[in-house]
Amino acid sequence: MKRAGFVWCICFLVGLCAAGCGEKAPSTIRVGVIAELTGDMPAVGESCKKAAQLAVKEMNDAGGVQVGDKRYKVELFIEDNAGKADQSASAAQKLITQQKVVAIIGPNATRYAIPASEIAEGSKVLLITPWSTNPKTTTDAKTGAPKKYVFRACFIDPFQGRVLARFAMDSLKAQKAAVLYDVASDYNKGIAEFFKTTFEQNGGKVVAFETYTTNDRDFSAQLTKIKKAEPDVVFLPNYYSEVPLQIQQARRLGIKALFLGSDSWGSQELIKLCGNDCEGYYFSTHYAPDTAAPAARRFIQAFKTAYGGMPDDVAALTYDSFGLFRQAVIEAGKIDRQAVRDALAKIQKYEGVTGDMQFREGSSDPVKSAVILKIKDGSFVYFANANP
Amino acid sequence: MSYLLQQVLNALQLGSIYALIALGYTMVYGILTMINFAHGDLFMVGAFLCFLSVVLLKLPFVPVLLVSMVGTALLGVTIERLAYKPLRQAPRVSAIITALGVGLFLENFTLALSPYPKHIPSFVPDMSWMLGDVSISLLQIVVIACSLVLMVLLDLMVRRTMIGMAMRAISWDKTTVPLMGVPVDLVISMTFAIGTSLGGVAGVLYGLAYPVIDPYMGIMVGWKAFISAVVGGIGNVRGAMIGGYVLGALEILVVAFLPSTYRDFVAFGLLLVLLVFRPHGILGKPTVQKV
Repeated sequence: MKRAGFVWCICFLVGLCAAGCGEKAPSTIRVGVIAELTGDMPAVGESCKKAAQLAVKEMNDAGGVQVGDKRYKVELFIEDNAGKADQSASAAQKLITQQKVVAIIGPNATRYAIPASEIAEGSKVLLITPWSTNPKTTTDAKTGAPKKYVFRACFIDPFQGRVLARFAMDSLKAQKAAVLYDVASDYNKGIAEFFKTTFEQNGGKVVAFETYTTNDRDFSAQLTKIKKAEPDVVFLPNYYSEVPLQIQQARRLGIKALFLGSDSWGSQELIKLCGNDCEGYYFSTHYAPDTAAPAARRFIQAFKTAYGGMPDDVAALTYDSFGLFRQAVIEAGKIDRQAVRDALAKIQKYEGVTGDMQFREGSSDPVKSAVILKIKDGSFVYFANANP
Repeated sequence: MSYLLQQVLNALQLGSIYALIALGYTMVYGILTMINFAHGDLFMVGAFLCFLSVVLLKLPFVPVLLVSMVGTALLGVTIERLAYKPLRQAPRVSAIITALGVGLFLENFTLALSPYPKHIPSFVPDMSWMLGDVSISLLQIVVIACSLVLMVLLDLMVRRTMIGMAMRAISWDKTTVPLMGVPVDLVISMTFAIGTSLGGVAGVLYGLAYPVIDPYMGIMVGWKAFISAVVGGIGNVRGAMIGGYVLGALEILVVAFLPSTYRDFVAFGLLLVLLVFRPHGILGKPTVQKV
C-alpha cells in the first residue's frame, strides 16, 4: 500500500512538471556559437568569438532586432569545441537541446564543422559556418544532395583550388608544383586535390603530392622527397600552427621554391610562429584588411576599437554570418527555427564585410570573390583579386 | 645516393628523440613493472620548461638543457611519490589508470596556463652545410650528438655503477633485494628522476627541431616512444635505444620510398609482424613464470 502511494506521489510530481514545462513565447533571440577556443587552432576560435560578441553587441545597442512589430534582444551562447570533432557534435547538441538556440554559427574548421552540421541537419536547426570551405560541409554524405539547414558565409574549395592553381601558373609562372598536405583532415585533403586537378588541367605538372597526419611535426622525409622533385612552387594548404614548421624545415633542407598557401594561413598567429621565414609568400583568403569598401572599414574600425587588433578573415566572416542571420530573422518575422531557415534560403544577394555574396537557387554556398595576399614585412598585404 | 643519405640523417634525428623518450618508459617498467603513461606528457612539460628558459630567462643551450632536466626530474619524482608509490601493491590496472590520469592532469593543467601553441625562438645558431647534395644542419648534429652522448652515459651508469647495479637488481628480483640492504625507495626515485630527465632532454631537443609546442604534443610522440620501447624489449635499456632508432628509421624510410600516405600503415604493420614473431621485443628475454 505504501509502495503504491509512493508511486502516485511521483506521478503527481511529474505531472506538475510537465504541465509547467510548456512552450513559452521566446523573449530573446537565442544564438549559439561553436568556436575552436582551445586545441590546435585557438587563434581561429578567438577571432570568431570576438567578432560574434561584437556583432551581438551592435545588434543589441541598436535596441535589438526587429521581428514582426517588436524588437528583440539577441542572447549569445558560446561553446568551445576544444579542437575535437566529437566535442563539436556534443556542443551542437547542447546548444540545440539545452540552450534552445534558433541558429548556430560555427564551427570554423571543416573537420569540426562537418560533425556539428550533421547534428544541426538532423535536428532541423539552422547552422551557418563562417569559414569552412570544403564542399562536404553543406552536402549530405549519403545522398550527395545539399543539406537543407547548413549554410556558409565563404566561398568553397573547388573555386579556391582553381584560383590558386591559376595564380601559381599565371602570376608565379610555375610549371611544376609540389603539394604537402594533411591527409587526415577534410579541408587540407580537399583543396589539395582541387588544386592538383586544375593545375594539371592547365598544363602544369604536380611533381610531388606528399601527405602527413594531423599533429605530425617532422616533415623532413616528405620535404626531402619534394626537394628531389625540384618544384617551382610548393603548395601548403595547412593550418597556421603547422605551416611555419613546414617552411622552416623545407628551407633548412635547401628547398628554393616559392611557397603558396590557402585561406588557412590567414591568422596573425602564422606570422608570430613563422617570423621572417614566411616573407614574400602568397596565399588566398576571403578579404584583405587593407581594403576600401565602406562597410568593411566600419567593421574594421569597430573591431580595432573594441579589441585593439585587426580582424582576420575568420572574424570578418563570423560578422557576416551574423549579418546574414539578422537579415533572415527580420525577413522571417518570427523567432522560429524553420521560419528563419526558410528566410535565409530566400536571400539571393548579401553585401557583407567580406564582399558581395550571391546565393544561387537551392544552394547554400555563396558565390564570392577571393583575394590573394602577400606576406610583406611581417603583415598581410593585398596583392590581387580573383573573381568567380 | 645523396637522397638516401639525407633520409638517413632525418631518420637519425627522429630516432634519437624517440629513443630518449623510450628510455624513460623502459627504465620505469624495468624497475616497477609499470608503464608510466604520463611519460609523454612529462616530455611535453620538458618542452614547455625549455620554452620558459629560452623566452623568459633567455638562457643559452646548456643551461636550458639543465633546467629542463632538473625540472622534469623533480616533477617525475613528485609524481612517483604521490601517485605511484601508494599503488605499488595494487593491481596493475589501478596503476595504469593512475598513470593515464596523471597524464590528463598534466595536459589540462598546461592547457589552462597556455592554450595557444607557442613558438620557441631558436637558441642554437641556424647554420647548415651542404655536402654535395646533402644538407646537414647544426640542429641535426646537436640533436643526434646530445642523444648519443646521453645514451652512452646512461648505458655506462647502468652497467658500471653501484646505482646501476641496484636498478638491475631490483628489476631482477624485487622481494629479495631490500633484504640485502638496498634502499629500494631511493633507487626507484632515482630511476624515475633519470628516466624523466631524459624525457625532459628529449623535450628540449624536440623544441629545438620543431619549435611549435602545444599542451597535447606529448600524446602522439609518447605513444610512438612507448611502441619503440616495446619493440626493443620493454625493460631493456639498450633495447629502448634500438627500438627508438628502428621506429624513426621505419617512419622516414617508408616515406622515402613509398607514397607518404602509407607511412603509419607500413611502419606499424611491420612492427606488429615483429611482435607476432618475437613478442618480447628485439632485446627482450622471454619471461618465464616459475611456479
